[in-house]
Amino acid sequence: MAEQLIRLTDVGKNYRKGREAVRVLDGINLGIDKGDFVGLMGPSGSGKTTLLNLLGGLDKPSQGTIEVDGKVVSALSQGALAKWRSGNIGFVFQFYNLLPVLSAARNVALPLLLTSLPASRRKQHVNTALRLVGLAERASHYPRELSGGQEQRVAIARAIVSDPPILLCDEPTGDLDRSTADEIMALLQQLNRDYGKTIVMVTHDPRAASYAHRVLHLDKGELGAAQQ
Amino acid sequence: MNRFTLIWRNMWRKPVRTLFTMLAVLVVFFLFTLLEGLRLAFSLSDLGAEAQERLLTSHKVSLIMMLPEAYQSRIARLPGVDAVSHSTWFGGRYQDHPEFAQYPVVAEEYLSLNAEIDLSEEYRQAWLANRGGAVVGRPVANQYGWQVGDRVPLKSSIWTRANGSNVWEFDIEGIFDDSGGGMNSGVLLFHYDYFEEARAWGKGTVGWYVTRGDGSIPLEGLMAGIDAEFANSPAETKTNTEAAFAQEYARQFGNIGFIVTLILAAVVFMIMLVTGHTMAQSVRERIHEIGVLKTLGFTSGSIFRLTVLEGLLLVLPVGLLAMLLGWGMLNVVTERMGAMLPGGLKIGTYSVVLGLSLMLAITLGSVLPPVIRALRLDIVALLRSS
Amino acid sequence: MFGWLTQTAALAALNLRSLPRRPGTAAVAMSGIAALTGVFAGVLSMATGFEKTMSGSGQENVALVLRSGATAELNSRFSGEQADIVRYAPGIARDVDGDPEVSAELFWVVNALSKSSGAEANVALRGIQPPGYGLRNNYRLAEGRPFTPGRFELIAGRGARNQFAGLEPGRTIRFGKTEWLVTGVFEDGGSVFESELWCDVNVLQSAYQLGNGYQAVRARLDGADGRARLEEALAGEQRLSVDVWSEREFYAEQAEDTATLIRLIGIPISVLMAIGAVFAALNAMHASIVARARELATLRALGFGSFPTALAALLESVTLAFLGGVLGCAVAWLALNGFQASTLGASFSQVVFNFAVTPDLLAQGITAALVVGLVGGAFPAARAATARVTVALREL
Repeated sequence: MAEQLIRLTDVGKNYRKGREAVRVLDGINLGIDKGDFVGLMGPSGSGKTTLLNLLGGLDKPSQGTIEVDGKVVSALSQGALAKWRSGNIGFVFQFYNLLPVLSAARNVALPLLLTSLPASRRKQHVNTALRLVGLAERASHYPRELSGGQEQRVAIARAIVSDPPILLCDEPTGDLDRSTADEIMALLQQLNRDYGKTIVMVTHDPRAASYAHRVLHLDKGELGAAQQ
Repeated sequence: MNRFTLIWRNMWRKPVRTLFTMLAVLVVFFLFTLLEGLRLAFSLSDLGAEAQERLLTSHKVSLIMMLPEAYQSRIARLPGVDAVSHSTWFGGRYQDHPEFAQYPVVAEEYLSLNAEIDLSEEYRQAWLANRGGAVVGRPVANQYGWQVGDRVPLKSSIWTRANGSNVWEFDIEGIFDDSGGGMNSGVLLFHYDYFEEARAWGKGTVGWYVTRGDGSIPLEGLMAGIDAEFANSPAETKTNTEAAFAQEYARQFGNIGFIVTLILAAVVFMIMLVTGHTMAQSVRERIHEIGVLKTLGFTSGSIFRLTVLEGLLLVLPVGLLAMLLGWGMLNVVTERMGAMLPGGLKIGTYSVVLGLSLMLAITLGSVLPPVIRALRLDIVALLRSS
Repeated sequence: MFGWLTQTAALAALNLRSLPRRPGTAAVAMSGIAALTGVFAGVLSMATGFEKTMSGSGQENVALVLRSGATAELNSRFSGEQADIVRYAPGIARDVDGDPEVSAELFWVVNALSKSSGAEANVALRGIQPPGYGLRNNYRLAEGRPFTPGRFELIAGRGARNQFAGLEPGRTIRFGKTEWLVTGVFEDGGSVFESELWCDVNVLQSAYQLGNGYQAVRARLDGADGRARLEEALAGEQRLSVDVWSEREFYAEQAEDTATLIRLIGIPISVLMAIGAVFAALNAMHASIVARARELATLRALGFGSFPTALAALLESVTLAFLGGVLGCAVAWLALNGFQASTLGASFSQVVFNFAVTPDLLAQGITAALVVGLVGGAFPAARAATARVTVALREL
């Protein structure tokens, strides 16, 4: 049996909306193995993105604990969380979120600013990541000069450049046409299969979800039955 | 790529905007430097050590009233006096230029009392040998284009010659520099004997006395001693240090420092608004990106530092360049108007520190509010904003 | 043609209506220009006020006789006999008793404490003869009583009374070795005389051992050719060498140096401020155009021409500049108009004057503001007009 990497115990999340407290997630218990590829589906407002944010340490649960690789991340301070994220999590967003003022290579290099790597090693990492996503020749292009699919590849390169064990993807194909989406999914699949990245992916698209090892359904803040 | 690249690229996000802001900063700090030069010129804060130690004795009622020539020997006899000499305001102008300082003096006495007058031996001898000769400070010679050997006419608003004319001619026998605080740099000196013989009235009187103590009595005591010597005489005196005297005179023009400060306030207000608006706008535009950076693991602290550094990079180099240009401008003005501004226009350490503090204040005042507001939001809210 | 005018009007109205939604832009452009106009009007109101005081001094039909070559009363000197030669010269008006309307005067400088700086300042102490009052047309005793001839008494001008310490009627003030009783305060229509202290000329002569000496002779001229007659008579006089000034010309000339100095410093400052304000306006207007690039592109796509688009943007900039100019002028006027200050005049004594923010100055300030608005708006307007619709629509 594979080693368990992520462990959620009785996780709940409330938001305050005006005077009312809105319960977004409730009693989530979930384990994710190392090397797993988990799809997360559910209707709008079901709490998928909130769950992903909690996993990535962007947000903290109102109750329960989140453990990653034996570390209780839900108990970390903001500063410690930021440091932890830079070493453990790669994010891929629906709208890529590249910085428009930086070229593709520099966007990819961004997370490396948080490491103490020497410049030559950084460059090497960036090249490797860009080659991996098939965009080595676009390194000096700016985001506005790239197509949506290319932008998403750059975003993926940025997510993996510091070699984090976990990739969290929020609708990575939501803004792409079908064939581009397939390419992106193939890339994620390759990262999971060949490089052992543990991936959690929120998606609406059953076609994208079919790349996952298993799909979880979230409804009204509760986790439904797992499907293969 | 390093952090500087990130800052640099962010700064040039909207190149036109950045350029205009920089130009505004350039103009404003250029103006700031000129205003500082002006303020300092009128405050006479740096007249040199000599002016703090030499005493000036004038008529108690007003500087325009004359004192008897005979006072010199009485002052010289007082305890604690090392040397004493006298000058008189001549009130001459060259062509249509404004009045500048000319004093009829007893040459050797005056030169030994004013050791900061840097006159070469050759010039000194030439001047001593020529009764109608004069020596002049370099700023004046530069402005009027005078050279040694020139004969220059000065029209006095006060002194008429025995022949009824108020135009006096002098041979320029030497040009000197002022190695001290500049009290003497814009002066033309000529022989008292010549003046005394030629003037139509006021013979035997002088404008004021300059005294140097021998150090055996504190300055205050020496001042009181001189004034006591002439108390209850027809011409009572008032003695003060040269520096205090000059400052009192400058103050009579009105509170220039205050007026300049008011203008500076308006200028700073203007630049605060321009850069403040620009930076606030630029931070607002990238709230979403701040969310992305935080997602990638940048802490609030490091984002804060990046933004502040960007602000400083926008303001400091241009501001410093502007101060340098302003300083150059002051030098040009000084060169062109040496007779009117013998001390010259310059800025001091204080001005530089004040300028830098203003740059810092402007940057921080502009950057801090929007960035703090942005960093207060949690990542989820940052990412959600577009 | 019908088209572009209505288009411009429609676009301008749209721009101006949306201004409240862009308070930052409006505030930056306006305040920059307001600061410029405020400084401009403030500095020049000093020069104007000073000139106004000086030019309001002196009458066309009063002659001021000074020793030849003297540029100020201070540098002039007459003996008693010389003064009398002038007194009985032709060309001078006589009063009802047939006496010449002449005042031989002394212009002395004494030290008084300035209230604002606390430092000693040179104040003019003028000794006059009785006809001297009548030679100042606007002379009016505002408080107390006149000085008594023959006594150490003086009256203080309104400005001097306000600016210098110890000049309240009833108090005594010491100059050198003599003590003077202040008996009253006089006004003279805001002229330079209000900066002075007046006393009996004979008392002043004895106080400073001046014998029977005078410095200036003032005389009312008899008719239009009075000055010419007086000048001619005095020119032929061997015993004295004098210049005959019209009092008005004399004070106008005295004002020149100081007013020129203020302008010499004030105008470059204003020009630099204006350049700074241009960049502020450029920045703000440019931001405003960029922020509305999509809106403008949409309008262009709907068929609005590029010229009306540019013109409307320019109109917005000029409107903001105008508002800023009015604001700056208002602040300058409220804060400075009538503000009293004093400075060292050409006679080596303090001249008290009021800052004067005149309509002329306001008009100049607003003109400067409009120019800045025009220059600051031109480049962004051109950009608004030339932006390619398709590009602008795709952006954002």
